[in-house]
Amino acid sequence: MKTMKKLFQPLILALLFVVFVGGSWLHIFNDYWQLVLLFMGINIILTVSLNLINGYMGEFSCGHAGFMAVGAYVSSVLTVWLFADDKIFGPAVLPASWSILLFPVILIIGAIAASLVGLLIAVPSFKTRGDYLAIITLAVNYIVKSAIENMEVIGGPRGFVGMKRVMNGMAGVFNAPWLLIWTFIGMLVTIFIIRNFVSSTLGKGVEAIREDEIAAELMSVNTKRVKMIAFMLSCGLAGLAGGLFAHGPGGYINPGTFTILKSTEVMVMVYLGGMGSTSGSIISAIGFTLLLEVLRPLGVFKWVLIPLLLVVMMIFRPSGIMGGKELGDIFPKLRKIFGSEEESYALASN
Amino acid sequence: MPLLQIKHLTHFFGGLRAVYDYNLDLEKGEIVGLIGPNGAGKTTVFNLVTGAYKPSEGEVRLNGDNLVGLQPHQITTKGIARTFQTIRLWNELTVLDNIRIAHASRIKYSLPDSILHGQRYQKEEKDIKEQALKLLAVFGLEGNARELAKNLPYGAQRRIEIARALATEPQILLLDEPAAGMNPGEIGELMALIRQIREEFDLTIWLIEHQMRVIMNICERIKVVDFGETIAEGTPTEIQNNPRVVEAYLGEEAF
Repeated sequence: MKTMKKLFQPLILALLFVVFVGGSWLHIFNDYWQLVLLFMGINIILTVSLNLINGYMGEFSCGHAGFMAVGAYVSSVLTVWLFADDKIFGPAVLPASWSILLFPVILIIGAIAASLVGLLIAVPSFKTRGDYLAIITLAVNYIVKSAIENMEVIGGPRGFVGMKRVMNGMAGVFNAPWLLIWTFIGMLVTIFIIRNFVSSTLGKGVEAIREDEIAAELMSVNTKRVKMIAFMLSCGLAGLAGGLFAHGPGGYINPGTFTILKSTEVMVMVYLGGMGSTSGSIISAIGFTLLLEVLRPLGVFKWVLIPLLLVVMMIFRPSGIMGGKELGDIFPKLRKIFGSEEESYALASN
Repeated sequence: MPLLQIKHLTHFFGGLRAVYDYNLDLEKGEIVGLIGPNGAGKTTVFNLVTGAYKPSEGEVRLNGDNLVGLQPHQITTKGIARTFQTIRLWNELTVLDNIRIAHASRIKYSLPDSILHGQRYQKEEKDIKEQALKLLAVFGLEGNARELAKNLPYGAQRRIEIARALATEPQILLLDEPAAGMNPGEIGELMALIRQIREEFDLTIWLIEHQMRVIMNICERIKVVDFGETIAEGTPTEIQNNPRVVEAYLGEEAF
């Protein structure tokens, strides 16, 4: 029974992987549905990572798109420089066959770049919090966007192209839905990182900061270190999402994509799912992505209906879909299946 | 050498002199009381010693090491833990997590290990959890380990705060009005508890309290402050008969 339990989780994930990636490979899912799946994965990464700051740590970061932009630009400049013939960066440096191996490495480099920019909000967070920190995160979002707009080398406000050639090169070596594969893996890695981190005693410090920062510091939690870790993890994962987003079928990114509007979209998903609930974030990222597609026929009226939905949600269930609980708290049987070693004790709450 | 040595501790809030020339030698194993009227600067002394405020002047030494200028979490790690005047538990976390987090300074596993949950992580987390449950058992709270801190009654929350402070493995425990808001029965239990933990955890205790019953019963030495200055020091009996203390509490007219 115990080995069954141990095997069940990887089995379910493998099954999901086979269904989504295999289905895309064999074109059971058409291009449109593949795009929806891609966005779903990217949205899950964004939501789960932002939830670490806005949910678990209780800060209000509204500049997540800025870090996404850093990851997107760093990784796409790298792939285009290395693997594509480009007017500015010259001919490809490495053969296309290398791109399959190096793509994940480049995504990680983009994520690391984004996490370093994350220090821009981690350091001020030592001194301020609440509204003031929110304004700083907003400012960082604008700084990143304006910086990109003023860099002619990477296209400035017109945007950056060439990633399509990279992806085509990859598909030319071996035809597989590479981007979907890496998005799926990136999503799992994100969930794994956040879930494990917040269940450790070190990561619990994040929640202690939310509940009472002064008490946390006086009870031997190194709050500066914990904050730095939290911001860098969260921003880095946003960078990963950006890297994946940049290599999407559009093959094109411009700074206009990574504005406060995009940040707001991620925040909406976090609050919809319930702050401090990873399963809530996943559910709401999936639901929100699907909702956007379902309401597509409504055209512009979609943006009337969705905010309205939010208003209703905030009135009747302000704590979000999951309200700080995990799926395992509501359906204890699921916990048996997914067997998180560290059961969460929120059950006792009312 | 005294365990804790405070010399000429002075603190200004802008132009207000909150603490002036405060001196104290705390010997190992003592229970010392700090009393004084409201606003006398008692809690400020605690805040200065634990690093929540940085003193304008003076020094604080633990076993001879200067503590002034250290971050609060570093001071706690060196061995001074405290409770708060108003309860400051992490309300939305479970009782067990409240205790677990206070073990933070003893975590030796790395950040990657906290994500990958390797062998070392598993062992350390298991130890932390066991220690936390053991500590809760001392306070008779092991049955509440999985409840949210906010759902427990007031007296239990007070005890969790003390347990949480003990989880940092202090040499000195600072209690800021531990009996506030308790009824006479609970105060009796609290006094027994303070004596018990002093023996069991080999503690030195320094407490602020307004309940004279607590102060007079358990303190071996008392210091009285008023307007930031020490006005009297001595055994409970000496303090009770000290005219300056009576004046500070009851006003000059009392004479």
